[in-house]
Amino acid sequence: MPAPELFADPIVEAKDVHFSFAQQSIYRGLNLLIPRGKVTVIMGASGCGKSTFLSLLGGRLQPSSGQVLFDGQSVAALSNNQLFAMRRKMGMLFQSSALLTDLSVFENVAFPLREQTDLPEALIRILVLLKLEMVGLRGARAVMPGELSGGMQRRVALARAIALDPKMVLYDEPFVGLDPISMGVIVKLIRELNDALGLTSIVVTHDVVEGRAIADYLYLLGGGKVIGQGTADEISRSTLPEVRQFMNGLPDGPVEYHYPATEYRRDLGLTPERAAR
Amino acid sequence: MKPLAALGRWVLAALARLGAAVLFLLRALGGSVRVLPRFSLVLEQLYCLGVLTMLITVVSGLFVGMVLGLQGYYQLVNFSAESSLGLVVALFLVRELGPVLSALLFAGRAGSALTGEIGLMKATEQLSAMEMMAVDPIVRIIGPRLLAGVLAMPLLAAMFSAVGVLGGYLIGHGQFGVDAGVYWSSMQNGVELFADVLNGIIKSVVFGFVITWVALFEGYHATPTSEGVSRATTRTVVTSSLAILGGDYILTALMFGGW
Repeated sequence: MPAPELFADPIVEAKDVHFSFAQQSIYRGLNLLIPRGKVTVIMGASGCGKSTFLSLLGGRLQPSSGQVLFDGQSVAALSNNQLFAMRRKMGMLFQSSALLTDLSVFENVAFPLREQTDLPEALIRILVLLKLEMVGLRGARAVMPGELSGGMQRRVALARAIALDPKMVLYDEPFVGLDPISMGVIVKLIRELNDALGLTSIVVTHDVVEGRAIADYLYLLGGGKVIGQGTADEISRSTLPEVRQFMNGLPDGPVEYHYPATEYRRDLGLTPERAAR
Repeated sequence: MKPLAALGRWVLAALARLGAAVLFLLRALGGSVRVLPRFSLVLEQLYCLGVLTMLITVVSGLFVGMVLGLQGYYQLVNFSAESSLGLVVALFLVRELGPVLSALLFAGRAGSALTGEIGLMKATEQLSAMEMMAVDPIVRIIGPRLLAGVLAMPLLAAMFSAVGVLGGYLIGHGQFGVDAGVYWSSMQNGVELFADVLNGIIKSVVFGFVITWVALFEGYHATPTSEGVSRATTRTVVTSSLAILGGDYILTALMFGGW
């Protein structure tokens, strides 16, 4: 059971969320709370719907039933203007970084400031340089995104995500495809930014080591529900077979290795008589 | 029954896609109105869609005009009517070839580029990132492009026709010795401002609108994979080319058929 003091004032709450996509059921009664001011990691196997949660939270998808609440408001019930107002309080780091490829690093970070505020150019310049300094890329301001490594692109995207000083930052698979050094840098940045700027961070990942290292609280999803939750140590001590299989990376366990298929011998055209021979 | 069911499914899917395209157009028109105060965004796109398509348009216009000069002269000289060469070249270009050929070039050069750009922005989550930054891609990305497409097309068609007339003159006067004064004055007397020039402009505005609509819709609804973007780009060129040629017939019938 979650520690009560951690969840006295949750920033996000999912209440009995059901969601299907392309006739496939992704969530079957998802319930979770995201504590304010903490780094919460949502883990699960690929395809279990981790990133979908971020889309539901950002209002880009709507649940079939149930509610996702941000600051007590149901995201799906918001009008278009309210939704955009809510998104101004959120930053999001996409798996592909999603930098605008026709703009320089500086202009990418300046983009939300130019779009959402009427700040004078001199102030925008200072703000952008501040954010770029935080991610160590002030010197790369004039470079185009295509000229940067994947790790650096992700850092620029992180600077852009925090450009408007959001209350919460969503990270979609921030560790995928990074070399160990870049990975270490991103892990350090997520923690430092969260604590220094007083953010709430939600990190969606399937990387167990990094997820455990960074999490104040951890959820494990499987079968469209939360199958394990707690601090990293609590999750590690769990005796639930689903949790143990994921955390220890075991090929055999409750999560089947094989995609559902017809009986193997029949698929190969072997009749029972021929198989017996 | 199976072929009938398949036909039914195909018709339903086509109707659903048409409905989606119309709904998208309504949103795009709203986006175009909302982006008007930031006209610099439209100017940027006018450069990408218009200025960058100018070279192919001008060169094609020159050659088409020269061919018209050649073919026109060969036929007219049989009736000793080579003095009408200027009129023939101008009417062909202003009424038909200018709007239609420049639109086909625009579909191939700018339409496919638009679909590819928007499709890739979708595939690389740039559109999603904008949404999450509380920036509406319909206003920031689609609106300026729709306006720029509609503005660029008549300008390109006018350039195509103007350069074509010059090409016809180069051949008629330079190669065959048609009198320069006769070439230009036959055009001046025979080409009507409203019946010919204005109708040609209306055609190119309609074509510009349709091409940009198709290109933006295909890009915005492309499956976000390399194959999906490639298919969408192909569909843009095929659909908009057919729409140009079919639309040209309807517009010509309406404009010059005495309806």
